[in-house]
Amino acid sequence: MSAAELDIVLLSLKVAFWAMLGSLPVALALAFCLARREFPGKALVDGVINLPLVLPPVVTGYLLLLTFGHNGAIGAFLDRHLGITFAFRWTGAALAAAVMGLPLAVRAMRQAIEVIDRRLEEAAATLGASPPWIFLTVSLPLAVPGILNGLLLAFARSLGEFGATITFVSSIPGETQTLPLAIYNFTQVPGGDAAALRLCVLSIALSLGSLVLSEWLARAARRRVHA
Amino acid sequence: MTLEVTIAGRAGDLKLDVRFASDAAVTALFGPSGAGKSSVLNAIAGLLTPERGRIVAESSVFFDAPRVNLPPRARRVGYAFQEGRLLPHFDVRANLLYGRFFRPRAERSRDFDAVVQLLDLGHLLSRRPRNLSGGEKQRVAIGRALLASPRLLLLDEPLASLDAPRKSEILYYIERLRDETGVPIVYVSHSVEEVVRLADTVVRMEAGRVIEVGPVFGRLEGGAVVETRVAGHDLAWGLTRLDFAGGELYAADVDALVGERVRVRIRAQDVSLALSRPAGVSMLNILAATVRSVDGGVGASVDVRLDVSGAEVLARVTRKSVWELGIEPGKHVFALIKSVAIDRLSVGYA
Repeated sequence: MSAAELDIVLLSLKVAFWAMLGSLPVALALAFCLARREFPGKALVDGVINLPLVLPPVVTGYLLLLTFGHNGAIGAFLDRHLGITFAFRWTGAALAAAVMGLPLAVRAMRQAIEVIDRRLEEAAATLGASPPWIFLTVSLPLAVPGILNGLLLAFARSLGEFGATITFVSSIPGETQTLPLAIYNFTQVPGGDAAALRLCVLSIALSLGSLVLSEWLARAARRRVHA
Repeated sequence: MTLEVTIAGRAGDLKLDVRFASDAAVTALFGPSGAGKSSVLNAIAGLLTPERGRIVAESSVFFDAPRVNLPPRARRVGYAFQEGRLLPHFDVRANLLYGRFFRPRAERSRDFDAVVQLLDLGHLLSRRPRNLSGGEKQRVAIGRALLASPRLLLLDEPLASLDAPRKSEILYYIERLRDETGVPIVYVSHSVEEVVRLADTVVRMEAGRVIEVGPVFGRLEGGAVVETRVAGHDLAWGLTRLDFAGGELYAADVDALVGERVRVRIRAQDVSLALSRPAGVSMLNILAATVRSVDGGVGASVDVRLDVSGAEVLARVTRKSVWELGIEPGKHVFALIKSVAIDRLSVGYA
């Protein structure tokens, strides 16, 4: 692996890691609301979360550009008041990857929360635990396998994110050019086939590694939690 | 009153209309499956909210519709569920300490080591719930409820999922609980044996309603329960002499020490009646009695309530015999009880 290739891999891992970490609280909160609460417009919320799965990624990327770009309502506000810039930065790539991975994360976590035995939470309540304590000591630990599974799905999805990223933050080497973008770039220049192929092999190794890790972690967590 | 429950409402498909009060160390909610016994426990614990009514336990108002409805965590009841409901991600020690953790230090009246010893849990502390047998799970569930320093202990059919040897093992621990901890217990069961052995007050339920509330002594499901004291053992014949208010009873080899109090269940079909003291019969137990009432139906058999010097005994005889012997309230008769009818199963240690 050349130094340039290593940089690309490290950038991809950085983007995917922050996309995963950033989506954790959002996905967990959404999953709990959808699994446990009834509220008006629940079907709509569910639909909006799942939109990135079915929309052309270029649409998601363009919408991100409109809202989080330099002139976007949210993007301009964050830039001016908090100094957080998404446009044409690696942070933007992470945001795009997080949005694209969110439906997968929410789905896995929601399923895990729905299968929690509510009678265990009742038992905890009779033993004196308040709702926040029940959440921390019963619900959350029992949902851990599903939460891990959702996180790693989001991570793996982020490694492969292409369309929304290139639309939102373009393909800037060293800043937003992750593995898929770099591969695409090499396929567009004459004589870039060998380099593209090398990156493809790296991409396969990386994705396979994260899937194997995910399966292993999920199994270990299930062993801890289940009777 | 230790416990006052007056509630009405729905529990699933069942319409609940329950009213009882009890001062007993052990109150049994007794009745067939689906009678609403567990729903009453859930209402006491705060897991089910009745539409109307009032629940007071140990002079603390748990529920008084529509103003008062304490959340489960504020009621301080120890609930040992039928299925145990141990937290699968904690080991036995953490499960036992779970409720204790939420109790302010000053309210922790139970000593961990004492409870572990009482329920014999010492060798299980580092195990996970999935590695416990049914009986062990029940003991941990009871210990966990007890360590939360409850004002009231709720036991929901703790023996339901166990085989016979495990049953008697857990019964033994519950008896120790009753005698050593002083925490009032509400015990749900559909088994006469368990109720006779453990309870002082019985609340009989059917189809969401209370049919009868009363002391366990007296009439119960086709029989009577009598409190006795072991007077002596006749080793040569394998018999035990039991003293009770109405005289003396012979029972087959009761496993108790002289002087110990035991409860005896006498099934109605094992009791016959005679107008004069008979001679030359195989029955060892012949007691002078007065007829209290005759609960006649139209069928072949009739239940005759007898007063044996204050203790109540029930005799099931044919309607024909009642007519032929002229049995009616106030009449003096002799009750003949087969001594073998008092076997170990029907004896409870009081």
